[in-house]
Amino acid sequence: MNQELIDAITELREEDAVAIADRLLDAGTSPSDVLDDCKKAMDVIGHQFEVGESFIPELIFAGDILAQIARRVKPRMQAAGETQARIGKVVIGTVQGDIHDIAKDIVSFMLDINGFEVTDLGVDVAPERFVEAARESGARIVGLSGFLTLAYDPMKDTVAQLRALDPGIHVMIGGGQMDEQVREYTGADAYGKDAMAAIALARGWA
Amino acid sequence: MLPDNFASLTSEQKIDARLADWISTEGKPFASPEVAELYRSRAQRYADAFRLRQPDRVPTSVVTGDFQQHVMGVTLADYFYDYPKAVGAAIGFYERFPLVDYFPFSNFQPGPVFDLLGYTLYRWPGGQLAANQGYQYVEGEYMTADEYDELIRNPEGWLLRTYWPRVMPALSGLAGFPSLLGSLELPFVPFAFSAIGSPQVTAALETLLEASRLTGQFNANMGQLIGTAMFGRGMPVTLGGFSKAPFDFLGDTLRGTRSVMMDLFRRPQKVLAAVEAITPLAVKMAVDAAVGSGVPFAFLPLHKGADGFMSDADFAKFYWPSLEATLRGIVAEGVIPMMFVEGGYNSRLAHMAEANLPAGTTGWMFDQTDMANAKKFVGSWAAIGGNVPGSLFQTGTPETMRAYVRTLMETCKPGGGFFMAPGVVLDHAREENFQAWLEAGLEYGTY
Repeated sequence: MNQELIDAITELREEDAVAIADRLLDAGTSPSDVLDDCKKAMDVIGHQFEVGESFIPELIFAGDILAQIARRVKPRMQAAGETQARIGKVVIGTVQGDIHDIAKDIVSFMLDINGFEVTDLGVDVAPERFVEAARESGARIVGLSGFLTLAYDPMKDTVAQLRALDPGIHVMIGGGQMDEQVREYTGADAYGKDAMAAIALARGWA
Repeated sequence: MLPDNFASLTSEQKIDARLADWISTEGKPFASPEVAELYRSRAQRYADAFRLRQPDRVPTSVVTGDFQQHVMGVTLADYFYDYPKAVGAAIGFYERFPLVDYFPFSNFQPGPVFDLLGYTLYRWPGGQLAANQGYQYVEGEYMTADEYDELIRNPEGWLLRTYWPRVMPALSGLAGFPSLLGSLELPFVPFAFSAIGSPQVTAALETLLEASRLTGQFNANMGQLIGTAMFGRGMPVTLGGFSKAPFDFLGDTLRGTRSVMMDLFRRPQKVLAAVEAITPLAVKMAVDAAVGSGVPFAFLPLHKGADGFMSDADFAKFYWPSLEATLRGIVAEGVIPMMFVEGGYNSRLAHMAEANLPAGTTGWMFDQTDMANAKKFVGSWAAIGGNVPGSLFQTGTPETMRAYVRTLMETCKPGGGFFMAPGVVLDHAREENFQAWLEAGLEYGTY
C-alpha cells in the first residue's frame, strides 16, 4: 500500500497522483497494487460523499484521476497476465427514452473499482437489451438509471422482462426523479439515492 | 400602460407598476366582461401571492411539459411539427381541465427551425427521436477550456462567431461576421460590409432569414393559442421570459456537466470570471423578453447548485454570488424572477436567506426541498411553491394526492406568499391524479 498515492487521490491533487502512479509503476510496483491503492482512495472519497464532505464534482474529478491512472495500469496488467479480482457481475444502463448518463457513469466506474465486472449498455436502452446482456454475461445484478419521469414505465417493462429471464435477479433503480414510490411501481428490488447506495446494494447482493 | 415616472421608481414600485399593467383588462380584447373579470381576479390572485399578500385562495399553476400531449392523445412530435393540431389539442386540454387557471406552458416548439439550423445541442421528437420520446439535451463539451478567455473578454462576440456556428451548423458562416467597430467611421464601413457580403456570411444571414420566417409561423400559432387562452378563457400568462443562473449557463451547455465540475478544481478563477461576464447577459435576456411580452415574470430553472451537486463552500463561492447579482438586476427593472429549483435545496436555504433579497420580489418553485424549511427560511421574503412529486402524479392515487396537497397547504399556506405547483415540469401523470390535484388545490387553498 502506498499512502502517498492514496493521499494524492483523496486530496484531488491530480498531477501529483498521476506522477506518483507513474513513478511506482516504473519502479516495478505491481499494477494490481496500484489499482488497489486507487480503490482504497475511492473508499475514502465514497465515505466522504456519504457523510456530506465530498460531492458529485469530487467524485467526477476523482474518477477522472483514476481513469488517467487506469490507462497506465491496465496495459501493464495485461502484459503481465494479471487480471483484476472480480466479486460479481453487473449490467447497468439508462433506460429507454432517457439519455442522461452522468450519474450512471459514476455508478459504473465505482462498481468497476470495487471489483465488479460491469457491462455498461449506455443510454436509451430497450428492455430487450438489458435481458440479452444479463443472459450473455451471467450477471445477476442489474442497475437501471433514469433521470426523468418518462423512465418509470420503461423501468417497469425492463424489470418484468428481467424477472421472466431469472426470477431471482436483483434489480436496483436510481436517478433524479426516482424514489421509493417509483421502486414499488416498477417492481424493482431496491432504489439507491446515490452512487454509494448503489455500491452497497451491489455488495449486498454479490 | 406604465406611469410616466417609471424610470425614477424603486425596484418594488416598478414591479407593482408592471403587475398593475399585467392585471389590467383595459384596452384588451376579452371575449366578454365575465371573461375579463375572470382574468383580472386570477392575475390579482397570482400577484398577491408573489408580493407576499394573502389572496382569496392559493393560486394553482402548472407547467405541463408533455402531459398535454399524452392526455389529449397527440404525439410529442405533433407539438413540434403540426401547429394547428397542437393548438387544437391545447385548447381541448383547457376545456377538459377547467380548473387550470393560468396558461399552462407545454413543449409546443418550432421543430422546423431546429431542423433548418441543424441544432446539435438537443434531440427532439419527430427529429432524431421517435414521435413520443421527449426532447433531451445531449451532454458534451461545447466550449473548450482554452476558450474561457475569449468568453470572458467578449462573451456575445464569442457566442456569435464561435458558439452559434458550433451548435447551429447551418449558421457556420457567422464565424466571418465582422467587428462591430466597423460601423464607427465611414471609410470602415465597406470593409465591414465586404465581410457581410462574403458567400459564407451571406449564407448564414439567408438561413437566419428563413429561420425568422419559420419562427413567424410558429409565433402566429402560439399567438392564436395564447389569445384563445387569455382573451377567450381569462387565463393569465405567468411567464414572460427565460434566464438561468450564470453558473448554469456556463456549466449546462457551454462546458458541459463533467467539464465544469472539474473546472472547479483545475481553473477556478476562470470559472469566477466567466460567471461574472455572463451575469449582465443573463439579466438582459430575462428583462427584454418579460418587458416585450408585458408579462413581468422571468422563469429561471436552477440546475447545478442543487444539494449534492457541489459543496456549501463551492455554492457560496461559484454559484450563488452571480445568481444573486442576476436576480437583483432583474428585479431592478421591475421583473419578478421565478426560480424553478430543480433537485433539493435543503442545504442552501439558510445561505439564501442571508442574502437579504428585497421582500416580495422573487418566487421559488421547489422540487425535492423540504417545504417546512422553505417556509421557515424563504417564506418571509419570497413566494414559495412546488414540491408535489412527479412520482405522485404518475404512480400515486387520487387519495394519496389529496392527502399530500392537504399537508402541503397546512404547512405553507398560512399568511400568503404560497402558490400550488408540481415539483416538476409535468410530463407524465395519470389523469385522475392531475384532476385530484386541481380539486384539492381548490378545496384546501381557500383562506
